[in-house]
Amino acid sequence: MTFFNFIVYVVIGVSAVLSYFVLANWAHDYLVGKFSKKNLQDSIFRPWIFMAPALIILLVYLIYPVSETIRLSFFDNYGREFTGVSNYVWALNDSDFRQSILNNFLWLIVVPTTCTFLGLTIATLADRVWWGVFAKTLIFMPMAISFVGASVIWKFVYEYRGAGNDQIGILNAIIVYFGGDPHAWIAIPFWNNFFLMVIMIWIQTGLAMVIFSAALRAIPEETLEAARIDGASEVRIFFYIIIPFLSETIVVIWTTITILVLKVFDIVLAMTNGQWGTEVLANLMFDWMFRGGGDSGRGSTIALFIMLGVIPIMIWNLRRFKMEQER
Amino acid sequence: MSEIVIKNLNKYYGKNHVIQDVSLNIDSQSFTVLVGPSGCGKSTILRMIAGLESINSGTISIDGNIVNDLSPKDRNIAMVFQSYALYPHMTVYNNMAFGLKLEKLTKDEIDSRVYDAAKILQIEELLQRKPKQLSGGQRQRVAIGRAITRKPKVFLFDEPLSNLDAALRVQMRVELAKLHDQLDATMIYVTHDQTEAMTMADKIVVLDQGKISQSGSPMDLYHNPKNLFVGGFIGSPKMNFIKTRILKKSSQSISIDLLGQKSFLLKKTSTNLKTGDEITLGIRPEHLKISKDLKNAWKGKVFVVEKLGSGTFLYLDKEGEPLVVETDGDSKIKVGDTINVAFNPDKCHVFNANKEVI
Ligand SMILES: Nc1ncnc2c1ncn2[C@@H]1O[C@H](COP(=O)(O)OP(=O)(O)O)[C@@H](O)[C@H]1O
Ligand SMILES: [Mg+2]
Repeated sequence: MTFFNFIVYVVIGVSAVLSYFVLANWAHDYLVGKFSKKNLQDSIFRPWIFMAPALIILLVYLIYPVSETIRLSFFDNYGREFTGVSNYVWALNDSDFRQSILNNFLWLIVVPTTCTFLGLTIATLADRVWWGVFAKTLIFMPMAISFVGASVIWKFVYEYRGAGNDQIGILNAIIVYFGGDPHAWIAIPFWNNFFLMVIMIWIQTGLAMVIFSAALRAIPEETLEAARIDGASEVRIFFYIIIPFLSETIVVIWTTITILVLKVFDIVLAMTNGQWGTEVLANLMFDWMFRGGGDSGRGSTIALFIMLGVIPIMIWNLRRFKMEQER
Repeated sequence: MSEIVIKNLNKYYGKNHVIQDVSLNIDSQSFTVLVGPSGCGKSTILRMIAGLESINSGTISIDGNIVNDLSPKDRNIAMVFQSYALYPHMTVYNNMAFGLKLEKLTKDEIDSRVYDAAKILQIEELLQRKPKQLSGGQRQRVAIGRAITRKPKVFLFDEPLSNLDAALRVQMRVELAKLHDQLDATMIYVTHDQTEAMTMADKIVVLDQGKISQSGSPMDLYHNPKNLFVGGFIGSPKMNFIKTRILKKSSQSISIDLLGQKSFLLKKTSTNLKTGDEITLGIRPEHLKISKDLKNAWKGKVFVVEKLGSGTFLYLDKEGEPLVVETDGDSKIKVGDTINVAFNPDKCHVFNANKEVI
């Protein structure tokens, strides 16, 4: 029955879209032909007809939520009373918020850089050994796992049982095997941030590696040979020829992962829920927005801070994209 | 003096024996062209000289030193690739200076070398551009400039003109020849185009399936091809080949069957030949003459007329490949005419069943 419904909805949806375009186009031609002497092809209305659905969707699902979030950030916890900038004042003085900003920065510095570096290194080296394909497959695999799924896996890796018990977490098991003391890794302030970052790196390195691999293939062999004849060592070739060749790719990967990291949420939620000094903005926002009765004012304020972080990167990305198009 | 000596060079790609026992001397300051059809191993030899490809057996020496185990940069060579292989993110200046910077030359020395090369190649205005902003011909000049600045003993060119259009190719051909005179360097040039080989080379090395088929001066190869392959490869349009057999052999001459029309007497012979042997007669289009003379002649029907202005090529119908005859540019012969063609017996090449000349 559900399947049948599904089919019906798809058919209705597709035909509605189709008939919108056909009918609107037809109506446009009819009206323009009636009131204007100009060539139908030159009509300035036609692009708008075709863009309208997309624009409306953009408006409803993007512009409205953003403006509503901005509005809510100036209101109280129920969104009823205007409170000025009090939410912002609260945020800047809140220790959790400060901690989150700090941690987000830490993530931002460590994760994209590490992923890009590891991805590039692995892609370069994997082409030189016979088991490269096997290694690349292994490293790519985590890409298929969701952040929450990955967190569950790594929770087991970091799992801690009191000294004397059998350690079921592999990290502690190894340490105990070599005579060390087990630790509750994700509860060690500051360092636990890095243990969480490892999860993101574990997942995203595969992506970076695959894209770098493809980009490396695109470098013409003869250019590298020319450099070899020019007297460049392999290391120099890597830094002076290969890296510049990959600069676009590096930027793309780095920004993609940066944006992902700014929004990091699932991993922190699943691993520590922000305890032990691992709080990040997205989790903090979720906390305020939906837990303990909910505070749409403070939640929105935090959301805006996240957006503030993403916007510069987005603008920079768009500018770069435009420049590429113009070249 | 020989600059480069190659001895019994062999190269395998897996089971594929790509270079088969090639031995070759290349004179200092010569312009040597390796020519042959695609896949015959020209690039492989060049790349082995450059040090980009490993050697399975045999030796290559440059300037008296065996370089088999030297890296490319220690061989005192420079190479120009078909794809230009410029560094896309560097300006023309930096493309040309890259090798010099690695050699740790002083800034002034680099500057003067780059400007000198740019001047020779007339690319001074392009120095601050990126390769992307250059035309194919300009890119190739930069690639050549990059080679010049390093002042190598030996220049290696791998089909450098193949990506250019016909007019530019002719122009660059002349400029490369001029460059060779200017630089007094040894140049080894690889091409599949026999015209390039004929026009530029001091010495041509014709390669066929990984072996040297024949080497010598362009005119030597043109007039005295050692085998059917060289005869057919050098010269444009191709040498005419006529499959036939020996009718009678005497001590001084052989008489052959010429396209079934006439018994034809050649003042060539060999002890290895006997009456009844299959041979191939080769003659170039320019050595066939339209005349009334019926001696050593053949009548055929014209089915294509190619007018080039300076000359006319007539394609005569015969069994197998057509017979091509070169005649004056203002010839009045039309398609469908039957003409009498006289063979110049002194210019005939006779190849035995093993495709070797006798
Ligand atoms: N890297 C390679 N691996 C396997 N076979 C190759 C390789 N490079 C060239 N060959 C083979 O070696 C032969 C000679 O190649 P090459 O020297 O490039 O010919 P060309 O005379 O056209 O320059 C060809 O048959 C080619 O298929
Ligand atoms: Mg080649």
